[in-house]
Amino acid sequence: MNARFPSELNVIGKKVNRLESYSKVNGTAKYTHHLNLPGMLYVKVFRSTVPHALIINVDVSRAKKIPGVFDAFTSSDIIKFIPDPYYGPAFLDQPILAIDKVRYVGEPVAVVIASDPHIADYATQFIEAEYKDLPAVYDEIEAMTSKSIVHDELRPSGTFPDLKHLIGKKNTNVALDYHLKRGNLEKAFKESDFTFEHTFKTQQVMHTPLEPMVSIADVHLYEKRVTIYTSSQSPSFVRLEIARLLGWRENQVKVVVPHLGGGFGAKLYIKLEALVTALSLMTGKPIKYSQTMDEQFYTITKHPTTFKIKSAVNKDGKIIGRRCDVWWNGGAYADIGPRVTQKSGFTAAGPYDIENVEIESYALYTNRPPSGALRGFGIPQLVWAYESHIDIIARKLSMDPLEIRRINLLKNGHPQATGTIMKDAEIELVLERLASRMNWSAPYHRTSGTIKSGRGIAIGFKASISPTTSTAFVTINADGSCILSMSSVDMGQGSDTAMAQIVAQVLNLKSENVRVINPDTDSTPYDMATLGSRSVFHMGNAVKLAAEDAKNKLKLLALEAGLGDDFEGPYADIFLKRYGMLAGSLIGFGVYIPTYTPPDKKDGSTTNATPFWMIGATGVELEVDTETGHINIQRMINVVDCGNPLNPTIVETQLSGASIMQLGFSLTEIMKLDNGQVTNASFSDYKIPGFNDIPIIFENEMVDAYQSNGPFGAKGVGESATFGVSPAIANAIDDAIGIRMTELPMTPESVFMALKDKFSQ
Amino acid sequence: MSQTTHEVIFKLNGRNQTARVQAHHNIVEMLNSLDLFGARESCGQGLCGTCTVLIDGKAVSGCLELALNVQNKSLQTVEGLGTLNELHPIQEAFIETNAFQCGFCTPGFILMTKTLLDQIHDPTDEQIKHYLSGNLCRCGAYPEIIKAVRLASKKMYS
Repeated sequence: MNARFPSELNVIGKKVNRLESYSKVNGTAKYTHHLNLPGMLYVKVFRSTVPHALIINVDVSRAKKIPGVFDAFTSSDIIKFIPDPYYGPAFLDQPILAIDKVRYVGEPVAVVIASDPHIADYATQFIEAEYKDLPAVYDEIEAMTSKSIVHDELRPSGTFPDLKHLIGKKNTNVALDYHLKRGNLEKAFKESDFTFEHTFKTQQVMHTPLEPMVSIADVHLYEKRVTIYTSSQSPSFVRLEIARLLGWRENQVKVVVPHLGGGFGAKLYIKLEALVTALSLMTGKPIKYSQTMDEQFYTITKHPTTFKIKSAVNKDGKIIGRRCDVWWNGGAYADIGPRVTQKSGFTAAGPYDIENVEIESYALYTNRPPSGALRGFGIPQLVWAYESHIDIIARKLSMDPLEIRRINLLKNGHPQATGTIMKDAEIELVLERLASRMNWSAPYHRTSGTIKSGRGIAIGFKASISPTTSTAFVTINADGSCILSMSSVDMGQGSDTAMAQIVAQVLNLKSENVRVINPDTDSTPYDMATLGSRSVFHMGNAVKLAAEDAKNKLKLLALEAGLGDDFEGPYADIFLKRYGMLAGSLIGFGVYIPTYTPPDKKDGSTTNATPFWMIGATGVELEVDTETGHINIQRMINVVDCGNPLNPTIVETQLSGASIMQLGFSLTEIMKLDNGQVTNASFSDYKIPGFNDIPIIFENEMVDAYQSNGPFGAKGVGESATFGVSPAIANAIDDAIGIRMTELPMTPESVFMALKDKFSQ
Repeated sequence: MSQTTHEVIFKLNGRNQTARVQAHHNIVEMLNSLDLFGARESCGQGLCGTCTVLIDGKAVSGCLELALNVQNKSLQTVEGLGTLNELHPIQEAFIETNAFQCGFCTPGFILMTKTLLDQIHDPTDEQIKHYLSGNLCRCGAYPEIIKAVRLASKKMYS
């Protein structure tokens, strides 16, 4: 090691290969999926077959008699050990196993444990459950007024400061309502030349990480300790929530996160951890629960939505008023739904400068599998509506879709709908770079015949989830080498590498030589969670502060060692001089929490909604086969403002990855329900994008930008390329064949049926 | 359920290997029992390619193929590529082009790339897409994987 003062290396903005590259290409990277402990037992889950019912009886006695079965349990066994076994980040509404009532088809009701997973699986067939059916509600609009109430009484958990105002209500399915009122909307509608109103819908989809959710718990009863190995995006939250459930201290719960085989929001808060911990507590054995792909569809999904959007528009295309009503279908358990409802509520009116705005956003309980966060935290559902809506308006006014956006665009220095002044948000630049790349102003060549070509654009933005905290340690060893300890989870997005680059930049090291310690809550300090594109900004700032703290302490140590305050030389020399040999170590600590002003209770306004804005635009050129409804995307361009990218190569993979994921949600993916039963919970019937589904030409661009409060000008980017994909495709379809799709996904069948309807009229 | 075990004798990554398996165990389960984790069960239906292994050089889904079927055959996994201190050119190419994110599907893609390049040294983009269309990557690293295959082809055959 020859790390030394002064700084001379520049590693920010450079291509650095992922730190864990070797282990990922030779198959040795360790995922929770692969972890086995001595004496470990496997769980298999028996699930509800009815959508909404009182539980009359669950009989596990026959399952227990199957040779090889260790034991079988229901909630009545669990409450003997954990008297109040309910969890959830927003509401304490979800029981470890169903108690008294089931609320969706697929809800865990009982479990079998065995040393052989095949035997546990086999034995679940011998469990019998008796239910008394209750009426079920599946639709988010119906849930607003339905007499069928999913939860008799709501219990807000109060874990998050911005959800403090949640007060559980009775006799309602509304888990949160957010209201924003700005200007005088009634007056705007009276005075405008035109009024346009449209309704858009999105479908229920699943993240389908290729490593299905998996957790292991190992409880040591006598020492009152539990170690949880889990495929989780939020180890610090898991520790807190498990400690709360058990009535233990945080230091009695150790959460270790090996590599994640994808997350995308599915592996947030707690998922399987409470179940395996309870079972390990009850049996004294290490317990592993590995979900199968189909079980994931019954665990967490993305909110289906209905969005009614109404705009007051003048002849020149200027939007002077907008009303947004958004209903979020949260399924049977709130998970993080109320937070999605509020945070995405901030930006439901779009990246436009509109003086008069009203937003009503509702989180609803229904008898569907629960909905949570999925890459975008509600934003893709909103952009789908407001960017389709503005395109329809442009067509009605015979305006160019680019021009109408230019006229209305929100610029830095102007207040956004919440009242927060826009800053470091290159919305205009992103739109202009997209237009330029698409050569929008040049005449567009259209095909003739049955294959019709069209093009479309869309732009969206997102407020970061705030306020949240990150902390980090940077340890300098006596030889000058360096270790970064943090609880951010690298689930493939490359955060370990980006954080190592930040440390390397501050301490004048090679990024590859920074050792990153992955989450182990006994040794890595608190991080709120890896979600919502928050890590590079929040943890990046904490890591930078920790590295700077270490650097300052090195300078102090040099002074103590008598090397003077202008010492320039290897770090190892400082330790050598101070301790007389290569000994000692030094720790820098960093903590970061951005400022935030909660929205006003009356009008929903705030002067500080977010520490940074994410901006993403997508343009597509496509062909529609009018004989089959098949869509062939010829070209897709994603342009984002991600501030100053720390590692542009990794950022580019985030852009293409995010847009390809959203492509699946746009064209093929939908969870089909029949009386609450998901009928296509497998890859044979649920189609995620493969090689043949990606656009022929695929381009990504990061505009020249700098986030002034971000680490080295950087900000989050993991979701930005999802924003514009669905509406850009719908706008291009309209451009090609004059058909407006208002529901996702836009399958060949739905496009073909819409064409048929048009020609039969 | 029958707990009877059977002995399987086969070549694993070029070396002699024996394993004891039950009749219903698939290849991924057998490999896991041998502490090899490069082949992974994901969709469980042979549709995602994450469990890809090569039997006598031919790619199969390790989650569907029964372990007993490798009796007296040669089984290759991603761990058998490269040497102790040198990666295989395909592995190098995947790193250099950033052709993975979470890495869970990567061993499957690498083995499929190997069988593709064994047959076609310099494939076109269309051939790459077609050949690898049985492997899924939820992180969506497809554009980079195409680059990786082209780079690997260059490293190996030009």
